[in-house]
Amino acid sequence: MNLSPLNQDAILNQTDQDNNRGFVTAKLDELVNWARTGSLWPMTFGLACCAVEMMQSAASRYDLDRFGLIFRPSPRQSDVMIVAGTLTNKMAPALRKVYDQMAEPRYVISMGSCANGGGYYHYSYSVVRGCDRIVPVDVYVPGCPPTAEALLYGVLLLQRKIKRTGKFKR
Amino acid sequence: MNKNLLEQANYIKEKFPDVRLEPLQNDNQIIYVSPKQIIEVLTFLRDDKELSFKTLLDVFGADMLGIRNPRFEVIYVLLSYKLNNRITLKVALEDGEKLPTAVPVFSAAGWFEREAYDMYGIVFEGHPDLRRILTDYGFEGHPLRKDFPLTGYKEVRYDAEQQKVIYEPVKLLQEFRKFDFDMPWEGTNYKQNKS
Repeated sequence: MNLSPLNQDAILNQTDQDNNRGFVTAKLDELVNWARTGSLWPMTFGLACCAVEMMQSAASRYDLDRFGLIFRPSPRQSDVMIVAGTLTNKMAPALRKVYDQMAEPRYVISMGSCANGGGYYHYSYSVVRGCDRIVPVDVYVPGCPPTAEALLYGVLLLQRKIKRTGKFKR
Repeated sequence: MNKNLLEQANYIKEKFPDVRLEPLQNDNQIIYVSPKQIIEVLTFLRDDKELSFKTLLDVFGADMLGIRNPRFEVIYVLLSYKLNNRITLKVALEDGEKLPTAVPVFSAAGWFEREAYDMYGIVFEGHPDLRRILTDYGFEGHPLRKDFPLTGYKEVRYDAEQQKVIYEPVKLLQEFRKFDFDMPWEGTNYKQNKS
């Protein structure tokens, strides 16, 4: 690009017209959000029967890979944690530890009745009444267990949420 | 030896006159043994050439609060490959009464006894490592006792200030409700053996 004094004036003029609205940062936000929604790597946290349904959604029929979801065995490499199943008191500190090890930005999908609010085991002496007592949850997927489609829809909702509210700076 | 359970039971009764035989029910022979004798009986069942109950399938507790006295029972299920049948030994225990461990006889008993200790608080004397096995670290009480409250005493929550998962007394937003429908299928009526 030819940056003659004349052209520079034109650019500065344009910037003035935009009234310093943060044109460039806004676009970067969109770009970053696009990248984030397109490669949500979930942390595998299967705790009970919901985990089997989570595997189904990753298998060939529903194929989460299409949305850029690749299951990772390590919290360091993942963006979203799918809490799939009954969270017990004994497991709670471990879940929190894994969540703390995830890099920002991080998201949590609570999958199934047990993870949402204790579900069938709500009055049990050994079950956490909802995994939102331990980690902040972005999307709740209802069902016992939710179907693979339901989890897929939950993932799509999370993508929409990131697209809508995601910020480059947190 | 005949595969007939009654014959086996009578054979055991001859060796140990103190045991009490339950009437045969649903092809299941139950033998009540006193806590002092249990190790002796288990060793005999394992080593006897005729019986050869070489596998300990399970050890578990039961709380018979309000149904039977003494309150607790420890149940041993043994399998004989030779006879192709199982046999059930029961030991009745008072609260706080101790039972000798079966680990020297059947090494499989180790975790079973830990479970019985965890769930009912039955102490097995001489157990090499009698810790809780299933419940949370530092759990209070024994959850399968009939007088243990369903929701327990403690619940967990992440505390943002302390940056760790903390334990608090249970606070329920809504009490547990028991919907007592008269279920026609509740409880099983087994066929009574006429023999």
